Formats: sequence, structure tokens, C-alpha cells
Amino acid sequence: MDEMDMEEGGAVKKFMFVNRKAPYGTIYALEGLEVVLISAAFDQDVSLAFCDDGVYELKKGQDTKGIGVKNFSPTYRALEGYDIEKLYVEKESLEARGLTEDDLLVDVQVLSSAELGAMMAEQDVVISF
Amino acid sequence: MSFEINGKVYETDEEGYLVNLSEWNEDAAKHLAVEEKIELTDQHWEVINFLREYYNDYQIAPAVRVLTKAIGKKLGPEKGNSKYLYELFPYGPAKQACKIAGLPKPTGCI
Amino acid sequence: MLHIINKSPFERSSLDSCLRIAQGGALLLIEDGVYAAGKGSAAEAKIKQAMGGMKVYALGPDVAARGLADRVIDGVTLVDYAGFVDLVAENTNVQSWL
Repeated sequence: MDEMDMEEGGAVKKFMFVNRKAPYGTIYALEGLEVVLISAAFDQDVSLAFCDDGVYELKKGQDTKGIGVKNFSPTYRALEGYDIEKLYVEKESLEARGLTEDDLLVDVQVLSSAELGAMMAEQDVVISF
Repeated sequence: MSFEINGKVYETDEEGYLVNLSEWNEDAAKHLAVEEKIELTDQHWEVINFLREYYNDYQIAPAVRVLTKAIGKKLGPEKGNSKYLYELFPYGPAKQACKIAGLPKPTGCI
Repeated sequence: MLHIINKSPFERSSLDSCLRIAQGGALLLIEDGVYAAGKGSAAEAKIKQAMGGMKVYALGPDVAARGLADRVIDGVTLVDYAGFVDLVAENTNVQSWL
């Protein structure tokens, strides 16, 4: 399309970023998101998995004005523009937290633990946050 | 680092990006553009305003590839290409335009 | 006595330990601890049981930050930072279950 396209020949690997932490209690969720955004520059086959408290990263209606921390949840909606469209959420984690797909601020594919595990096994590289 | 316009002081980081995004206004943009040796035209403002809107929606400064694609979608293919954007912002649309728009340096900007 | 929990009940055992050991008093959920106050979660039954013997509070700004403002378990009282200070002052001692 333009000169930003990567040159031919580089092997495309399957990368999965696994998000398991709630958004504000630790820095993991934000750091993980930044790594994902940076990884988009390398034209790899990137997917994101959300399980355990990581599903809370995608919860709608976050309002951080009262805690003086940046609300980075809108950034997950920018992932599509970065051509990162494979977002998987573990069903069991949602259910344990009383959440459904409707509570999430982006479109995701909800997978069972076994399905997510199978997806994970297919990857070349798995990076966990 | 900082600069001053009409008695108001704007703090910047070591690369010249505004520290406090909420302080941004057109005067600050004009000053930042002068620093970048860019004379702002309507075409520049179109990109700057686009970036401000993008930041407002997503809380990040877009990577140049993403910016190019998004501009193309919104303003048409004759503007959504690197050539057009580099003509406006010769040292990199993401870096320079983001700086003038008062945004942080784009994540993944190398 | 005021018991403070700041970790998610799904990641740490601090809430469980607190509820097992604490003998009445007040429970304040802050930071990721507020996830325990979310309606419909696996922690709901524990919080409801705790309300039998303790007064349960959650820090409002932490609840809002996590997008839980509209789904706090009935009976959990939201407090702001000033309310947090009041709770500390009202109680003779405080245990933070780190």
C-alpha cells in the first residue's frame, strides 16, 4: 500500500498476549497493552487472551476520575485500528465474576477454558501479563 | 523545560512534548509549530484536530500507520497516505503532528 | 475493629482469611478488593454471609474506576475518602490484610 509496508521475507509468527490482571491494582494490564500496541508495528499474527481478573480490563463503564489514574480502557477499542482483531475471553472467568459479553467494551470471542487452551497451544510465542 | 505565551507557562518534557495535555490550546499549538519550523495551514489543522479527536476517543496517540489509515477513512484517500502527511509534517506526522496537537509521543514510535 | 482488603478475591486469599478470622467489626473493600462487592460474582455469597456479622463498606472511587458503580451488592455501603478516614477514626484499631 505504501512504504510503511514491511519488506517481504520476514517470518510471521503467532503471538498471544495473555492478560490475567485487573486494570488498576497493578501496572501489568497497562504495560501489557503498551507491548501489544508496539507489537502491532511488526506485522505479526497477534491475538489477545483475557482470563482471570484480566477480564476486568474490558469492563464497560470505568471512571477513574476519583482515583487520579488514567482510564486506559478506551484504548482497547483502538486495537481494531491496529489490525488486532483476535480478542479471546475465557467464559469461566467471566462467569465467576458475574459478567457477560454485554459487560465488555469491545467485541470479543468467548471461549471455554479448553478452547482457549487449545488456542494457546497453537501459538509460536505466548507472553503473559 | 517550558515556554511562555501571554504570561501563561507551559511545561514540556525534554523532547518538547507538552507535559500537561489539558493545557493545550491554539496558542500553544502555534508556538509548538514554530519550534518545529512548520507554518500551520488549514491542512495542518485538519490533521491536528483529527489527532485530538483520536486521543479523546482512545486515550493514545496513534502509530503513524494507524493514523494514515484512519485519516484516509475520515478525510479521503488523497489525504490518507504517507506522502501527503509527510509533506505537511516532514519529520514524521506522528511525532511532529502529535507534538503540535499536545499529545504524548505515540506508543511504539521508534 | 476495621478490616481493610485491597486485593481481588479471585487472585488472593486475603478476603477469605479475613472473613475466617475476623470477629465482627467493619470490613472496608478498597483498590482491587472492591471486586468482591460486584453483584453476581463468586464472591457475592461470601460478602452476603459476612454482612451477617459485620458492616461492609467499599471505597466509591475504586468502585467507579473499575466500572462497578451500577452493580454493587445491596447492603454494601459506599464511602468516599473522607468516609474512609471516618471509619479509621471510629474504630479502635485497623487490620490491613495485605
